[in-house]
Amino acid sequence: MKKNLSYIDSVHRDGRIWNIGVMLLLLAFPLTVAAFFGATPDWGALVVGLIATAPMYWAVGIIETITFVPMLGAGGSYLSFVTGNISNLKLPCALNALEQNDVSASSEEGEVISTIAIATSSIVTTIIIMIGVLCIVPLTPILEAPVLEPAFAQMLPALFGGLGVAFVSKNWKIAIAPVLLMLVLFIFVPALNAGTVGIMVPVSVLFTIGVSRILYKRGVL
Amino acid sequence: MEFHVNHPILFVLAGIIIAVVLGQSVYFLVKALRRSKELGMDQKKIRKTIQTAAVFTIAPAVSIVISVIALSKSLGIPLPWLRLSVVGSLSYEAIAAENAVSAMGLTLGKIDRLTAQQFVNIALVMTISILVGIWLVPVIGKKLLGGMSKLEHRDAKWAEIFQSAMFIGMISAFLGYVFCDFSRLWTPGDYSPTSGLVPVCVMAVSALVMLVCGLLMKKFKWAWVNDYALPISLLLGMASAIPITAWLG
Repeated sequence: MKKNLSYIDSVHRDGRIWNIGVMLLLLAFPLTVAAFFGATPDWGALVVGLIATAPMYWAVGIIETITFVPMLGAGGSYLSFVTGNISNLKLPCALNALEQNDVSASSEEGEVISTIAIATSSIVTTIIIMIGVLCIVPLTPILEAPVLEPAFAQMLPALFGGLGVAFVSKNWKIAIAPVLLMLVLFIFVPALNAGTVGIMVPVSVLFTIGVSRILYKRGVL
Repeated sequence: MEFHVNHPILFVLAGIIIAVVLGQSVYFLVKALRRSKELGMDQKKIRKTIQTAAVFTIAPAVSIVISVIALSKSLGIPLPWLRLSVVGSLSYEAIAAENAVSAMGLTLGKIDRLTAQQFVNIALVMTISILVGIWLVPVIGKKLLGGMSKLEHRDAKWAEIFQSAMFIGMISAFLGYVFCDFSRLWTPGDYSPTSGLVPVCVMAVSALVMLVCGLLMKKFKWAWVNDYALPISLLLGMASAIPITAWLG
């Protein structure tokens, strides 16, 4: 038990150091560019630009953190919130790995498995983007070929079709109410689209937890 | 020194940060692998987990490369390379860049040549606005996860249902999203009425592939199908989008 705690604790300690370090480096990028080229930021425009952008993304960021951390586990969270693409890549990757290994997300084995899956995914993503940047000239006409465009435009449906079957079939009692609610909302509320699906994730998660609690209390689950 | 959006210095700076982030991923991978050995976990299964995660990541990662290409037209290569390797997404970066530029009275895409000042402003708006998760996880991550393990000690069965409910909740939102253009069937507009069915059909193909994989695994005991079921259903689903879009889109 003691050892168990110490691994998780060390993940938190290392994760904090890495994340704060990366944050400082990210902030250093624009500042170094400014210093190097002798350019001062246009402060007025910066404030206006930030007011237009930051509050919404900060609000979304706070909600995403609270929603995703319990699903990603400790190591997975520190990594995912640095490397991004959480709901469309890291989380599905972790979920699939947990499923494949048949371990619970809250066990230490689950923590280890999801960290391994997310770290691997992050490494592969970084390397592929690097290759893409190095070969941007020959790759651009191929990747932007009109014939391939629909395939990439439909990545999310292709991803969640497979993932949906795997998870919904195993937990269909939990899934009925949230799936129906989300279908009705997305079909009949025009404001819900690709841009707002991120906001609906926490809504759906909270709703599902509420419904599950009722079903659990009634002994259905 | 004269500034331009593809200046070698920008590549070096972006490259350094990306290398550090790559280092973080490698560090956590090694740490978790060591722990898996200490816990006596089956290393064969661990290797398969790595292979599956790697294969599964390829298509989404290529789509990120496409986003880098799209943004590089107005912002040069280094900034989108950095922003999409570390947090970020196409829609977010495009909005942040647009807001930063319009605050200076300009329109993105109509600027022939970004000045260093404009570039710095764009990079600052993009960076500061996206930073929340990076610092918030160190602040509240431990507490959140501690709450989860307390829940587990109190009522293990409910804790497991709670975890499944979170996963299902997230998946349900995306299943709903697949139907977001469904109403085009009865809402006239500047599109084909059946185009809203494209994502629905793609999802159905992917789900069907997943089901077939499950059956093959049960019938013929092909364990490898289990390992690659998700990447296979993702890729076949994406491939099916090409004829389906031609037909309905």
